[in-house]
Amino acid sequence: MQWLNILIQGSLLGGIYALFAIGLSMSFGIMRLVNIAHGDFIVLSGYVAFVVVQGTGFDPFSSLLIVVPVMFVVGYALQRGLLNQTLSGGLLPPLLVTFGISIIIQNGLLQGFGAYDHRLQEGSIETASLRLPGGIDVGVFPLLVFAVAVLSIASLQFLFYRTGLGRAFRAVSDDADTAELMGIDNRKLYALALGIAMIFTAIAGVLFGIRTIFDPASGPIRLILAFEAVIIGGLGSMWGTLIGGIVLGVAQSIGAALDPTWQILAGHLAFLAILILRPNGLFPRTRD
Amino acid sequence: MSDIAAESEPVRVERATKASRIFAILAAALLAILFSLPWWGDAGWMRLIAEMAYYLALAQLWNLLAGYAGLVSVGQQAYVGLGGYFLYYLTGEWNVNVYIAILLAGPFAGLMSIPVSFAVFRLRGAYFAIGTWVVSEVFSLVASLILVLGAGSGLSLTVPILREISGDRDIRDTAIYLMTVFASLFVFGIVYLLLRSRYGLALTAIRDSEPASASLGVNTFRTKLIIYVATAACTGLIGGLIFLQKLRISPEAGFSINDWTVVVIFMVVIGGIGTLEGPFIGMLVYIVLREFLADYGTYYLILLGVIAIAIMLKAPMGLWGWVVHRFDLQLFPVGRRLALKPDLSKR
Amino acid sequence: MTLLRTQNLSAFYGDFQALFGVDVTVEQGETVAVIGANGAGKTTLLRTIAGALAAAPEAVLLDDAPIGAKTPHEIVRLGIAMVPEGRRLFQSLSVEENLMLGAHSGRPGPWSLKRVYQLFPRLSELRRLPATSLSGGQQQMAAVGRALMSNPRLLLCDELSLGLAPVIIRDIYQCLGAITAEGTTVVLVEQDINRALDASTRFYCLQEGRLALSAPTKNFDRAALTAAYFGL
Repeated sequence: MQWLNILIQGSLLGGIYALFAIGLSMSFGIMRLVNIAHGDFIVLSGYVAFVVVQGTGFDPFSSLLIVVPVMFVVGYALQRGLLNQTLSGGLLPPLLVTFGISIIIQNGLLQGFGAYDHRLQEGSIETASLRLPGGIDVGVFPLLVFAVAVLSIASLQFLFYRTGLGRAFRAVSDDADTAELMGIDNRKLYALALGIAMIFTAIAGVLFGIRTIFDPASGPIRLILAFEAVIIGGLGSMWGTLIGGIVLGVAQSIGAALDPTWQILAGHLAFLAILILRPNGLFPRTRD
Repeated sequence: MSDIAAESEPVRVERATKASRIFAILAAALLAILFSLPWWGDAGWMRLIAEMAYYLALAQLWNLLAGYAGLVSVGQQAYVGLGGYFLYYLTGEWNVNVYIAILLAGPFAGLMSIPVSFAVFRLRGAYFAIGTWVVSEVFSLVASLILVLGAGSGLSLTVPILREISGDRDIRDTAIYLMTVFASLFVFGIVYLLLRSRYGLALTAIRDSEPASASLGVNTFRTKLIIYVATAACTGLIGGLIFLQKLRISPEAGFSINDWTVVVIFMVVIGGIGTLEGPFIGMLVYIVLREFLADYGTYYLILLGVIAIAIMLKAPMGLWGWVVHRFDLQLFPVGRRLALKPDLSKR
Repeated sequence: MTLLRTQNLSAFYGDFQALFGVDVTVEQGETVAVIGANGAGKTTLLRTIAGALAAAPEAVLLDDAPIGAKTPHEIVRLGIAMVPEGRRLFQSLSVEENLMLGAHSGRPGPWSLKRVYQLFPRLSELRRLPATSLSGGQQQMAAVGRALMSNPRLLLCDELSLGLAPVIIRDIYQCLGAITAEGTTVVLVEQDINRALDASTRFYCLQEGRLALSAPTKNFDRAALTAAYFGL
């Protein structure tokens, strides 16, 4: 039963990691852009939600109504105004520019909010739990987060495979040059892609901000966890990212069960092991 | 026919430019000043110059890795920490002589980089970058869990160890200063010689086009691996010297991405990536900015970030790259130029 | 009526100059062939017209309006569509999705999925398959169909016959005949000189980035063409 508990808690944890990873996966899949500031945008969303909650008295869930559009605009503007210019320069410009953005966000948040921990309060749902058959307690909130992750991925799959916009995304991902020759405005599409990615980043930031404390320096670890989920699952597959998140979550849970201080390390080691043994991840799909 | 006979001497491949010769003289003067500093400067100056020296070394190494070998690592702080911890562990736990420990710190870091490369070399581009970061986090976490390494609080360099260098504080400061400056020059020398060698040519080829150079017989994997290990070893040496000066090490300080990677990357980017002169300039810009903005909290980091972004977008070759472009200068001769005989140019 | 005109068109790939002051005219409704050896600049010419390669604004004129500096997607909207060299179908998309993508710019006109399937019935049977799993000839038809879906006034065809068997090439060129019969203007680039000259009313011959020869195809002197083709 102990093992089942670890498995379940780990899987639910995996849901949040998959949510972290969606934005990263999208911007790499469509633009071949790895956004080093991705984790910082997750944290930024948490802070935006905090400001909204303080200012309007909304609860965090409702604050999403404001946070999501705000982050969409941030993503759109960032890609259109700044990141689009880095795409043709090779490997270094996007990496270094997003690295610069990461440092700016972290230090900006530090200057603005101080180094203290922040947390979003949603009330009783944070501690509510369900009792499953077999005597295992599952938190309602982790379950909710997992459901949101599944829903997010499903909706993205729908977008990619059943809409004209999704078709355009896939075409640009395959061959950006020819896509433009077919009438697609690549620059606008990239901006839209980052905007949409930010929607999920915002959701992840708010949900995780309810679950744990965050501070200006929390970004990098979120980036690393998102990245590990993507790599374990295999580049190019959204459902693979969910599996990757679950594998990561379970590895962390096993580590935590042995010793709470080993949680994050256990995840890193599982990641490195998979990297060495199955370099393309568990369900690779993209031909990079 | 007689024209051809007169032009039988082949073209020469030259290395030095006129500017580089002048610069060599100035550099020699600068070195004389640096080495004589302990006798006419105070401890504060020595600390600052030592800091500039080790930052310069780290910048040259990162530049070699990213600007020349195309391996953009965001995890070099791993080797700074490894070098530092190795020094503290050998001297503290095993009573090894401090000088020997410093000399071994580099090779130790180099050795550790080999298994690391098995993992991270499977990744490319930006994913490689994040992968190196993960590895550094792993080292940091491990260090924070091992009791003999001081766990979360870290270790201190005890007085007996410091006494091995000298009982006298001034002499100790001088010794550490000279060691750091010398190590920095040594590292720069290695980087310079590497780039002057056939290796350097191979690296430039790989940087320009990996498939093309591979098809010409350049063993790209082995070249990159050797550069990665060599860089790690040098970084480890520098790490040992940094923490010799700091007297304390902890997982956070030893493996700090902000201290050992972020500022180093900014230095190289602002100065001019892929050039030998760039890191010098970038390091100077960083030190000046830091001294001036010392009172403004972390605003200088934000400013650094903005400058780096601006440079990447508007002048990706950095400050020095702009100078080279404008004035066709090269101070450190690593390139190869064709020197044409005057007659040939008349044809 | 002149549909498209280039004047003194030069094009560069970085430092390398691929076109040197090329002047080409395409009248409404006609089919013009551009021939030349490998590296002569044929594809460069098409890509510059399509906007994939930068040019001076006045160097390319559509209905006498400068389009040289416009982006490819703007040019598609203006009615110029490309069938790229090597087909370049999107591998993540099915045949039908590739065709639908061609209509992304939303230009009104006679071409629709139904019409394209009428023109290429075989494609209708294969519509749900991944586009790159088709044979070379079928992919070529799909690429042409994809371009047609944008309802172009001018169709640029780059090496339709590349890598295809003669009988397939013949089929494709027959379909091309049906397209031009609708009034669509076509510029075709071909290595297969006979094909190109059979299908066109006028031709241009490029040699190392320069215009070497231009003439009507009817009763043309092959010897003069060979000389121009090889730069003799």
